[in-house]
Amino acid sequence: MNPQKNNIWMFLASVKLALSILFLLAAASIIGTILPQGEAAGVYRDFYTTSFGLSGSSADILTKITFQLDLDAMYQSWWFRGLLLLLSLNLIVCSIERLPDVWRLVVLDNLATPLDRITNMRTRRQYTTNLGVKESCEAVSAKLQTRGWQTSRRDRDGGTLLFAQKAPWSRLGVYVVHISILTIFTGALIGSIWGQKGAVNIPETLTTDKIYQFGPGTPIDLGFTVKCNWFHLTKYPNGAPKKYESELVILENDEEILTKTIAVNDPLTYKGWTFYQSSYQSHQKFIISVANSDTQVEERFLAPPKQAVRWQQENLLFGIQELIPTAIPGNYKYKLLLSDGKGGQKIHILPDNEQLTINQEDGSSYTFHVKEFYSTGLQVAKDPGVWIVYLGCGLMLIGLWVAFFVFHKRLWILVSREQDTTHIFLGGTTNKNKAGFETEFNTLSDSVADINQIEAQ
Amino acid sequence: MDSSSLLSLSTFGYLAATGAYLAAFLFKSKKAGLAGTTLTALTFLLQTFALGLRWYESYQLGAGHAPLTNMYESLVFFSWAIASFYLILEYKFKNRSLGAFAMPFAFLAMAFASSGWVDQNINPLIPALQSNWLIAHVVTCFIGYAAFAVACGIAVMYLLKDKAPKSTGLLAALPDLKVIDDIIHKSMVYGFLWLSAGIITGAIWANSAWGTYWSWDPKETWSLITWFFYAAILHARFTRGWHGTRIAWLAIGGFLCVVFTYYGVNYLLSGLHSYGGS
Ligand code: HEM
Repeated sequence: MNPQKNNIWMFLASVKLALSILFLLAAASIIGTILPQGEAAGVYRDFYTTSFGLSGSSADILTKITFQLDLDAMYQSWWFRGLLLLLSLNLIVCSIERLPDVWRLVVLDNLATPLDRITNMRTRRQYTTNLGVKESCEAVSAKLQTRGWQTSRRDRDGGTLLFAQKAPWSRLGVYVVHISILTIFTGALIGSIWGQKGAVNIPETLTTDKIYQFGPGTPIDLGFTVKCNWFHLTKYPNGAPKKYESELVILENDEEILTKTIAVNDPLTYKGWTFYQSSYQSHQKFIISVANSDTQVEERFLAPPKQAVRWQQENLLFGIQELIPTAIPGNYKYKLLLSDGKGGQKIHILPDNEQLTINQEDGSSYTFHVKEFYSTGLQVAKDPGVWIVYLGCGLMLIGLWVAFFVFHKRLWILVSREQDTTHIFLGGTTNKNKAGFETEFNTLSDSVADINQIEAQ
Repeated sequence: MDSSSLLSLSTFGYLAATGAYLAAFLFKSKKAGLAGTTLTALTFLLQTFALGLRWYESYQLGAGHAPLTNMYESLVFFSWAIASFYLILEYKFKNRSLGAFAMPFAFLAMAFASSGWVDQNINPLIPALQSNWLIAHVVTCFIGYAAFAVACGIAVMYLLKDKAPKSTGLLAALPDLKVIDDIIHKSMVYGFLWLSAGIITGAIWANSAWGTYWSWDPKETWSLITWFFYAAILHARFTRGWHGTRIAWLAIGGFLCVVFTYYGVNYLLSGLHSYGGS
């Protein structure tokens, strides 16, 4: 490797760079929360003059800079994305640099550890016993086993070495966190390349096969048809909206594929497109459904208040004469005027969205149903990256948990014979949470000392 | 009694607990320390009960939802989380002097919630807020914020002890600088895990409500800024060995970020964006 490449590589591997990027990202993000995003030049000029009290000419200069640095669409700007890219490179290079060493630690043959390293450990304890080496080893192994430490054994020059460890893999936790960030970035990138977002309003009973892209409003073909059967708005007693619901039907070649009632927080997904209930639009018109109770013939009419509607076939004339306010602000009952076509007229009161059967004097009978006519407002998104983002999020939480709360703990036990005594030496290390480990080590070594004929020194 | 009066009572409970811990610290009184712990634990139970009651009341009002959906309720939960996090710390580190620095936050959160600046009514939820992800989001975020608040309090403790001349009587009762440093670090680590979970649950909620898990609105962005900030602190400590005074100041700075994310964004930035204070 030539020295120059080496320098760039080391720069990209350094934690100093990571710290700088993290602080830069934080600082840059602040700008975007203060400066309005996605506005026209005039808005920025006003912003600089009113919010910062700058003179017109300085505001002009700042406005120019704003656009040159893409500060009006900061999070999408080349330099902000560049920072994220640099962070990714930093993570990748840093991991390539360090992972091999960490991996070596995970799979390390700890029974080969130099004996003097063990006897010099900061956390250690010594015992003597009259038991032989073999019996001692077995007694200690059994004791550790009851406490969840599985020992392995090897005869070494200068004694028999036992070793037990917990969670060596936890050293990889940090790298799981780092990889999770790259995973999230990958998902976000996929979403930004192949994802599409838009919105559409569908009047009740009608269909659409297009949505309109956010911003430019360009139509996007869905490749199938969506129909809104109905939209329903429920209110709290104080008139605040409680629930928006729409019944959507997916149609392909005029065939119903799927029907679902969606609500805010409960969308419908079909062929990668997800339909979110986001808003509604009122048209000051009402859907009046009428059914002949005998023949079951049904017809729907759309009418504003105070307009008479004629159902030719049944010779019916009717209309909503008046909206009667109810206790819930914005909710109405309907005053329905119904004439039988022979000069007779009657007024009926209909609750919203409920059926009322009216018997005519001539013996015929009709069921009426009235509800306000709405368009449902849908946000529509296709984001093939979202599951990768979620995968990254899951990895991050698992990785953080492991990195912070799972420790790699190691125990060595050296058993050796000198003259007529057996010496047992217990040493331990951990990579984190030294204080906690010390306590655990003490309990463990006390329990080893409990073994008959072993005396702590 | 209704939940509001119980919650007002818990404001005074935490005030009394703070007072007792301060007395224990200033007058080296073991009794006062014990009083502090007792008051904190009792108030914590009272507050737990009051939160449950508020939940029940919301159903009676026909607006049933977990008490975690507006500024008032989040402040109450914040103070609840601080008290529980602190009690765990006190138990683990067996040191009551921490209380004089941690419990003021539990009191201040409640005091602010009850101050009249914050709407205390139980309001019905608009459709966007009716999601279990919202509950997960608020719970995770505020456990994280609580840990950061305590880290900030303990950082103040560190700076006090560090600045003071050695072996002055009062500060000798505080844990060793090394131990304080360790508590600050552990609290931040814990907070970071929960903040991460909070940001993630928030993103999932946003995605299930309107199909975009991240839209760079000021509140989201500030939570990310806070996250970057704490990530930087952890790296500075873990890989570059920063500790002591520097980390203490950074813990205080981090908590200022939290406060701004939580509160400042609504009032200082909402004027510039369509997204407003909730
Ligand atoms: C937002 C981005 C990042 C997050 C959330 C993150 C998270 C973490 C976490 C949680 C730890 C464990 C710290 C501890 O145990 O106290 C860690 C360690 C570390 N991080 Fe990061 N990190 C990020 C970016 C980076 C970058 C860009 C680098 C590039 C140099 C980096 C290098 C390291 C190193 C060298 C360690 C120590 C690893 C070890 O012990 O082997 N991190 N990181």
